[in-house]
Order: sequence, then structure tokens, then C-alpha cells
Amino acid sequence: MAALISVDRLHKHFGATEALRGVSFDVEPRALTAIIGPSGCGKSTLLRCLNGLELFDAGRVRIGEVTLARENGLAPRDLAAQLRQLREEVGMVFQGFNLFPHLSVLDNVALAPRLVKKLERSEAEARALALLEKVGLGDKAHHHPSQLSGGQQQRAAIARSLAMSPQVMLYDEPTSALDPSLVGEVLAIMRQLDEEGMTQLVVTHEMRFAREVADRVLFLCDGEVVEEAPPEALFGAPRDPRTRAFLRDLR
Amino acid sequence: MTRFPVGRAALLAAGLALAGAATASAQEPLRWGGDSEGGAPYVFQDPQDPRRLVGFEVDLAAALGRQLGRPAVFVQNQWDGLIPGLERGNYDVALNGLEITDDRRREIDFTVPYYATSEQLAVRVDAPALESLAALRGHTVGTLKFSLAERLLERAGGIELRTYDGQINAYEDLANGRLDAVLMDWPIALYYAKPNAKLRLSGPPMEHVEYGIGVRKDDPALREQLDAALRELMRSGELRAIYEKWGLWNAESEALFASLTEAPAGDALRSYTETVTRPIGWGERLQRYASYLPILLLRGAPMTLAVSLLGMSVAVTVGLALALTNLYGPRAAALAARAYVEAVRGTPLLIQLYLIFYGLPSLGIRLSPLVAAVAGLGLNYAAYEAENYRAGIQAIPASQMEAALSLGMSRAQAVRHVIVPQALRLVIPPVTNDFIALFKDSSIVSVITMVELTKVYGQLASTYYDYIGVGLLTAAIYFLMGLPFVRLARWAEARTSVGAPATRSAGRRWFGARAERA
Repeated sequence: MAALISVDRLHKHFGATEALRGVSFDVEPRALTAIIGPSGCGKSTLLRCLNGLELFDAGRVRIGEVTLARENGLAPRDLAAQLRQLREEVGMVFQGFNLFPHLSVLDNVALAPRLVKKLERSEAEARALALLEKVGLGDKAHHHPSQLSGGQQQRAAIARSLAMSPQVMLYDEPTSALDPSLVGEVLAIMRQLDEEGMTQLVVTHEMRFAREVADRVLFLCDGEVVEEAPPEALFGAPRDPRTRAFLRDLR
Repeated sequence: MTRFPVGRAALLAAGLALAGAATASAQEPLRWGGDSEGGAPYVFQDPQDPRRLVGFEVDLAAALGRQLGRPAVFVQNQWDGLIPGLERGNYDVALNGLEITDDRRREIDFTVPYYATSEQLAVRVDAPALESLAALRGHTVGTLKFSLAERLLERAGGIELRTYDGQINAYEDLANGRLDAVLMDWPIALYYAKPNAKLRLSGPPMEHVEYGIGVRKDDPALREQLDAALRELMRSGELRAIYEKWGLWNAESEALFASLTEAPAGDALRSYTETVTRPIGWGERLQRYASYLPILLLRGAPMTLAVSLLGMSVAVTVGLALALTNLYGPRAAALAARAYVEAVRGTPLLIQLYLIFYGLPSLGIRLSPLVAAVAGLGLNYAAYEAENYRAGIQAIPASQMEAALSLGMSRAQAVRHVIVPQALRLVIPPVTNDFIALFKDSSIVSVITMVELTKVYGQLASTYYDYIGVGLLTAAIYFLMGLPFVRLARWAEARTSVGAPATRSAGRRWFGARAERA
């Protein structure tokens, strides 16, 4: 089966620090890929490169039919157009939710479809409401984000990303800012999306979730993919000493 | 205090040098107050040597100084504040074309007149003649603030009156078409309107004007000395020679001199003066203030409100555009926006107003007083609003922009729908603050002939020289007018505070003093 996401020798540095040192991997459609690794290893940077929030220095990213390559040497205007094209294919969920505090939950979800996909307000709102129902927030549509719990806010943020009908969902530590008792409700949504066939890429510290739900697990360390395997193999019999050290320290 | 005589001698020496008086004397200098700004032919900077003051009143003061044996020393004072300055003791006499009027007699004493003249109309060369007060009805006419001509024009009625601090601005506005006519004392018209190729004098001289030297009421001895000195200068022909030198000798003064040198002022004048200057009681004073209220509220307050609201609309709109250009515009435009903010914040509002109102017409842009006032205040405050917005926009976390971009929005859409709406709520307090400041700064537009609250205050206060009572009354009106805006802003702030639900009781916030937060 052809890969939906193809990452090829990605390099990114911030000043003298090399954040990514030739990262390559493929993601198959409908798969859930967990990215784990010690903090500061480049997990978030990798994810942000996939939707163009960070521009990488060398390498190539292909998502669906959109390819972003550093060698292209695009003019800024063309680059901006290509980034927008890419972002329409990719939904992004942040650790801090990043909901728009001045809008109701419904408007948070309906805003981008109206502006980017040019949907009528009524249609955008009907679809937004359906998505909110799906994540269990139908009754909170007219609340403001500040009136929601962290778990509810993150579920609303997921609905907001889904509203753009992306091919891929990226999650940057989606449960790290949550009270432990609220983590489950967010993971449940991701589990449900997995069952529906959504392609998902999750940077996470929830090892149990990675083990139970992920199709593949990437262990990232010092800007490199150290090990890539199905969860039972990676967690059960890690091959690289750095993977073993990381997993041992977790326990 | 042992050094006092030395200092005094130095002061005296300086006074002597300044006045160019020949007599060495142990007497105090005779300090005379006047306004030398655009003051030809009365007292003004010599065009050939601007360090030197010249004018027929400089010559008169020197002559009086010689008569009294006291060197004459000039003290600069804004013309419309000459009487308060005299009462404060900034100088001994006010000698600067002060027309002798009953209003002024209530506050100060006058010597016998030293010059008689009339009022003179001027129009543009290509305009039809306007020859009497009656003909001015329905026209826009300019004159000097607090002058006799202003009173005459007000009394005539039906005239759109514009008043100025200086004659130069008035004649300039006549030349560039803002005014249909200017009414001034004849000597002013002679020196400013007649030489101007765009203007001509129109109609015969009208009314009778007499200039007197203002003296404090508690200084009758000085007044008597000056009266005697003036009579002596008239008798000797010295005063006439001064007027002839300046081209000002006229029939009115000839008649005045004749009457004064024959019959000195009798007791009838003295008793008259005493009746019109009697102190008034509190009841009468309060009644007077009550009669001022409608004038202040109807003539001044609406204009102040209109200028402030329109000015703030300009400031808010232009300020937002400047902030967005500064933050998101192309490099050159951003630099230009920053330069505008720095230039406007770094220069006085008063000078900006003068440039807009009196400077632009020379480039062919002639704005009405209202438009100039709104533009001046609005463009000035836009610089401050731009900084407010910039701070507000920069206070929105970068993650908001990232979230919007991740959803496929363009930068412009993100700014328009995500960043700016949040920033606007954030800056309500500083913007309100600026609005209240602008509201009070609107008083400054009286310098470009706008008749607003402060101008009306000046007109009323100068009628009876009651700057305290009318001043407090006007200040109270400003305060009460500003209050609703403070309340409105508090309400708007609470209602739109970031993340607050939209469904809140407006009434409770409006009337309640507490600002609750979600």
C-alpha cells in the first residue's frame, strides 16, 4: 500500500543546535503512529515541520499529493500558497488547545470552514454542531472556551481540526496539559477516530495508549529516528540501548 | 539681603539699556505690558533687526518714561491676558491698544485716551464691498479675540464670527477665502490689510475707538501721573509727532487732543466709573452664572462633543491601520508607519494644528475649522492609538496565530478574525484613557477659531474678568460630560473581556460601580 505521509531526510537546526538530523519515515493510510522520546529530542519540531509551522532546512515532506521540499527554492508567495494547501490536508491539535477565547465553541469550529472553504454560515454551523456532538460537546456549543474543562477544550480543538476534513491529524502532546482524570476522554476520541480510519500521528507520553492503540511507534532521540517498530516489538523487545534506557527510566 | 542693592542696580541698568532711556534715575522702571507678536504698528520686532522692539507705543512708553523720570521696560504678555497680567502685578501698566470699554473699566482704571481711531473693514480685492455692520449679516467675519470689534460684531447679530489670537492669521484666512471680511482697529488694517495685494479696505471707518493705558485700581497716583504726562505730551506736540512718524495721525485723535488739553475730565466721569465698577454680591453673581449655563451648554458643549467623537473615530481607525502596517506590512511601509508615530508623538499638538489650519492653505489645501480640528486631533491621537494596538496585538500569544494558520487560514484572515478581535478587547482601558485625554485636549482647537466649550469660557470670563467662577463652571461641565464615556468603557470592557460569555446583564454593569470579572 502506498504511504500517505512520506518524510525524507529532514534536517532542521535552530542556530547551532540541530533539532532534526535526517529524519525519514513513512506513514500508511488509516494508521495511528505514536512518536515517543525524551523531551528536547525534536518530537514537536518534527510535527511542526509536517504542517509548515516550522520550515525545515533540508529534506522533503509529502502528504497525500502535496510535496514540500526545501530544494524547490520557491518565492515567498508560492511558498505561502503551498503551505496553505498542505495545511488543508493536515489537522493539528496542540498541547495548550489554543482555542480562540473570544469566540463561542461553535464559532471556533465553524470559523475556518467559513473563511477557508467558503461555506455558508448556516452550513458551517450545522457541520460544526454535528462534530461537537461527535466529541460529546453538543450541549456546550454556545459556551466560551474559558467555561470548559481542559478535557472539553481539547475535544473542542479536535472537532475544530476535523471541521476542515483533513486527511491526517497531528497531535502535539494532546494530553500533557490535562488533569490525569481528564486524559481518558481525549484519548477515547482519538481511539474512535482510529476505528473510523483516520490517519493520525501522535507525539505522546501516554505509553499505555501507544501500546494499545498505535499501529507503529517511532522512538526519536537526539533528532534521529532511533527505532521504529510495531508497539509490541518496541515495548516488548527494544533493540537499541537508548530505547531501552528511555523505557527503563519511565518505569 | 545685603546683595539686594547690587542686584537692583543691575536690573535698573538692564532696564535703561533696554528702553534706551537717556535719563539716569534712582526711580523704579516703568514696566509696561504688551504683546509684540504680530503687533505692528503698536509694538513689534523691528523687521530690520528683530532683537529690537519698535512701534508707536514703544515711542509713547519711552516719552512717558522721560516725563515720569522712570525708564520704560517692556514686558511681553499675551494680548487677551493683558488685564489679568496687570492685576497680578506682572507690570505697572497695560499699554497695547486697549480700547476703553465699560467692561474693562470694571476691572481696571484707564488713563485719559492717548489715541482715538475707528474700526475698519477689509475684504478680498476681488470680492464685493461690505461697508457696514448691517451688510455683514450672513457673512463669515473675523476679528481679534476679546477686542471691541468682537463685541460690535456679536451685538450686530446674524454674523458668523471667527476670533483669532493675532491679526495675521485673521487676514490670512480672509486672503485664502475662509472669511468674507475682517473688522479690526484702523491702525491694524492700515498695517496688515492695506499692504496685502490680495486685500483691500472696504467702506468708511466705523464706530469710535479710544485707547487708554490700563492701571490697577489700587494705583490712582500712577494714573494721575500718567494723565498729566499724556496731557503734556499732547500739548508739546511730541505725541502728535510720534503718530505722524507712524502714519497714524488722524482727525479723531486731533479732536481728542483738542478736547483733552482744554477741559480735564470732571467729577461726572468719576462718579460714573464708581457706579459701573461697584462690587457685586453673591446673589447677583450666582444669577450671572445661571445665565451662563445655557450659553456654555448650547454654544460650547455640542461642538466639544462633536469634535471629540469625530476626532476619536479618526484616531481609532487610522491608529489601527498604522499598527497593522507596522506589524504586518512590507518593510518600507512598516518603517513609514513607525516614523509617523514617532514624528507625531514627538511634536506638540498645537504646532500640528497650526500647520494643518494655517500651513496647508499655502499648499492649496483649505480645510474648514471643524475638519481641521477633527483631522488635527484625530491624526495626533492616531499615533498613540497605534501604539496601544501594537501592544495589544503583541500581547496575543503566538500560539493563536499558529492555531489559525494550522486551520488553513491565511495570515491576513488570522489577523482579521483571530488576532485583532482579541487585541481590541485588550486595549479598551488605554483607549478609553486616551479618549478622555482627547476630550480635554479638544479645548486646544479654540486656537483655530473653533467656538467650543473652552472658547465660550474665554468669551464669558473676559466679559467680567471672572476667570475663577466661570472656569470652575466650565471645568465641571467637562467633568460631567466625560463621565458617561468612562462608564460606557467600563461596561464595554466587562462585556467583551476575552472569554466572557456574551449574555450578561448590561444594566447591572452600567449602574453598578463594581467591575466584576468572569
